[in-house]
Amino acid sequence: MRANCWYGKQDMRVMDVPEPKLLNKQDAIVKVTSTAICGSDLHLYNGFVPTMEQGDIMGHEFMGEIVETGSEVKDRRVGDRVVVAFPISCGQCFFCKKELYSLCENSNPNAWMAEKLFGHSPAGIYGYSHLTGGFAGGQAEYVRVPFADVGTVKVENGLSDEQVLFLSDIFPTGYMAAEQCNIQPGDTVAVWGCGPVGQFAIRSAFMLGAERVVAIDRFPERLRMARDGGADTIDYEKTDVYDTLMQLTGGRGPDSCMDAVGLEAHMPGPLYYYDRVKQAVMSESDRPIALRQAIMACRTGGTVSVPGVYGGLIDKMPMGAVMNKALTIKTGQTHTQRYFQPLLKRIVDGQIDPAFVVTHRMKLKEAPEGFALFNQKEDGCIKIVMTP
Amino acid sequence: MTSEQSEQPRRDQRRTQQQEKRGMSTQSAQHVPETNARGRLTQEQRLANSLGWFGIGLGLAEVLAPRRVAAMVGVSQEHRTLIRMMGLRELASSAGILNDRSSAGAVWSRVAGDVLDLVLLGAAFTSGRSNRTRLAAATASVAGAMVMDVITAQQLSRGIETRGGMIRISAALIIDRAQEPLYRHWRELSNLPQFMKHVMRIEMSDDRRSHWVAKGPVGSTIEWDAELTEDRPNELIAWHSVDGSELDHAGSVRFEQAPGGRGTIVAVEMQYRPPLGTVGAAVAPWFGEDPNQTVKMDLRRFKQIMETGEVITTQGQPAGREESTSWKYDHAVRQ
Ligand SMILES: NC(=O)c1ccc[n+]([C@@H]2O[C@H](COP(=O)([O-])OP(=O)(O)OC[C@H]3O[C@@H](n4cnc5c(N)ncnc54)[C@H](O)[C@@H]3O)[C@@H](O)[C@H]2O)c1
Ligand SMILES: [Zn+2]
Ligand SMILES: [Zn+2]
Repeated sequence: MRANCWYGKQDMRVMDVPEPKLLNKQDAIVKVTSTAICGSDLHLYNGFVPTMEQGDIMGHEFMGEIVETGSEVKDRRVGDRVVVAFPISCGQCFFCKKELYSLCENSNPNAWMAEKLFGHSPAGIYGYSHLTGGFAGGQAEYVRVPFADVGTVKVENGLSDEQVLFLSDIFPTGYMAAEQCNIQPGDTVAVWGCGPVGQFAIRSAFMLGAERVVAIDRFPERLRMARDGGADTIDYEKTDVYDTLMQLTGGRGPDSCMDAVGLEAHMPGPLYYYDRVKQAVMSESDRPIALRQAIMACRTGGTVSVPGVYGGLIDKMPMGAVMNKALTIKTGQTHTQRYFQPLLKRIVDGQIDPAFVVTHRMKLKEAPEGFALFNQKEDGCIKIVMTP
Repeated sequence: MTSEQSEQPRRDQRRTQQQEKRGMSTQSAQHVPETNARGRLTQEQRLANSLGWFGIGLGLAEVLAPRRVAAMVGVSQEHRTLIRMMGLRELASSAGILNDRSSAGAVWSRVAGDVLDLVLLGAAFTSGRSNRTRLAAATASVAGAMVMDVITAQQLSRGIETRGGMIRISAALIIDRAQEPLYRHWRELSNLPQFMKHVMRIEMSDDRRSHWVAKGPVGSTIEWDAELTEDRPNELIAWHSVDGSELDHAGSVRFEQAPGGRGTIVAVEMQYRPPLGTVGAAVAPWFGEDPNQTVKMDLRRFKQIMETGEVITTQGQPAGREESTSWKYDHAVRQ
């Protein structure tokens, strides 16, 4: 079968690889009908995530049809149309029972490695380095899905792939980021990053009752899409973010702030080069530019919610601000499975049509071009969906 | 083998009985790995200690009496300054080792120093003014010291701790199940190879005796007979290898109710005396870089079986390469 494989920094190749087999009794095989490229994939593409191996199959946002099930799969049948959650979760452990699916204790075969780095291991993730299990990913024609009963949601035929595909990651991710803000009536919420995650964070913040959302980015088409979602926007290259936010909130600051940018943040000015150099010489692995701004701008007693991915160490973390302003920081890989039903319901009820975020459609064999395009944010690219 | 040494595995069981008498409240305190609790130096640390003091002596001689050192190793007197520098380096790395006897880094820096010394000695061979016989003797002793340094550094970086010739390992993991099913699964010793990667099979000879076959170095196998030394339903299983086995091994697993009804804390303690008393060479591949972490991975697989009914794996999945899986990372713990 065809699969998009990682071969090195900015080196993706579509290869002919063997089809996956069932390896465990709770596995299912999914024939992929749609698969997307995520901002998280860019961190692998740009070489910021260690423990990638040449030939690893990429991708963790995918859906399709079940074509084979293991003997212990109970609630899914061959022929079911399903969306797959990006974290792999057993459904049985302490964390899965608390619906903290991305913290599953039983799904990372390389847990020891993550323990060395983080003290504990998060769940396994498809196509996301060997640190999170080295699972073959979803940018392929077929994928093996462990714990298929827990990791998939069935969808009816009335909905198109593009309407439901993002239940796999970015819709729940934006939603969880907003939920973590504990939004109260009248709240102003600021969102750094108007990529796909930021877009869903903006819309989710409104769904959860925000009075006003302020979105921050530099790409006009992304800011335009944010405004379409009801947000006010700040182009961080044109105006000072902190000053503008204080202007808008009468000096109090947003009640909560979301960092939907992550470790590859960009910024005009010397601090950006400070972080680039530190990253290059490996004395810091992540560039926390948006995170620093979010912490500084957030109102006292407010919440900073961080869906953006960080992998290692950051520098100049304004802990003094966190402490003295009594901020709450909430973060995590998304507990995707927890949001399957509630968000599917919002789609069915017509409260949101996630397809709005798709700007490019391609064939799986064009994945390397897709990565380059999405990475450079060229041609107005915000979200790419590929079909086999 | 002194009697003190062969006592060790057994002493452990006595301790569990004592602790039993003391009641539940002291149990969790017992889980503090006794390797640390006892405060004695491990063999690796003691080796590092003597390497450190040896280095201090050598370094002082090189700094204070470079002429004599030059004469002893058979190089020309004109290299005095160089010898002083080598002495300073030796003092610095030795002080590093004595400062933290568990620091593999300090010992590795000594290995780097050894290499430097060897290079300089090698260079001296080409000089007409050197005494070849003495030089050869000096080179041999530096090479010998380097072997010790490398072994010590390796053991330290693996985290292997040998005491009284025994490697001791401990790990604990919380499992979201009651004590009873966990105990039952473990008590059926033939189940252990499901999650203990280095054990190939265990056959029960009778209710208390079993025959273990495990992977040895480079494709060989190690076999031994073990017997249960203690079996307290739902609480504890302890075993040790019978006298005269190829491998002197003892182990115990304790099933302790976790606070707040959150399942069971499973705590494993194992002790190995490697065959021939080598510093862990034969069994080291089982434990790779971090023995405690490796046993914890075994425990993790036990947890997976008990909580989910299967061991999570990627072995056999596709990839754009021959070697199709991520299992090698798991193996890396052992290599
Ligand atoms: N927590 C999770 O489970 C989860 C899931 C999916 C994605 N993510 C992470 O969320 C982040 C965003 O993902 P995405 O798909 O939207 O990626 P993306 O790369 O498309 O979006 C990032 C956006 O941030 C903007 N940006 C860069 N620097 C900025 C700055 N200083 N201030 C404001 N905006 C800035 C970029 O212009 C870009 O539009 C990534 O780090 C991704 O890994 C996390
Ligand atoms: Zn993603
Ligand atoms: Zn779980």
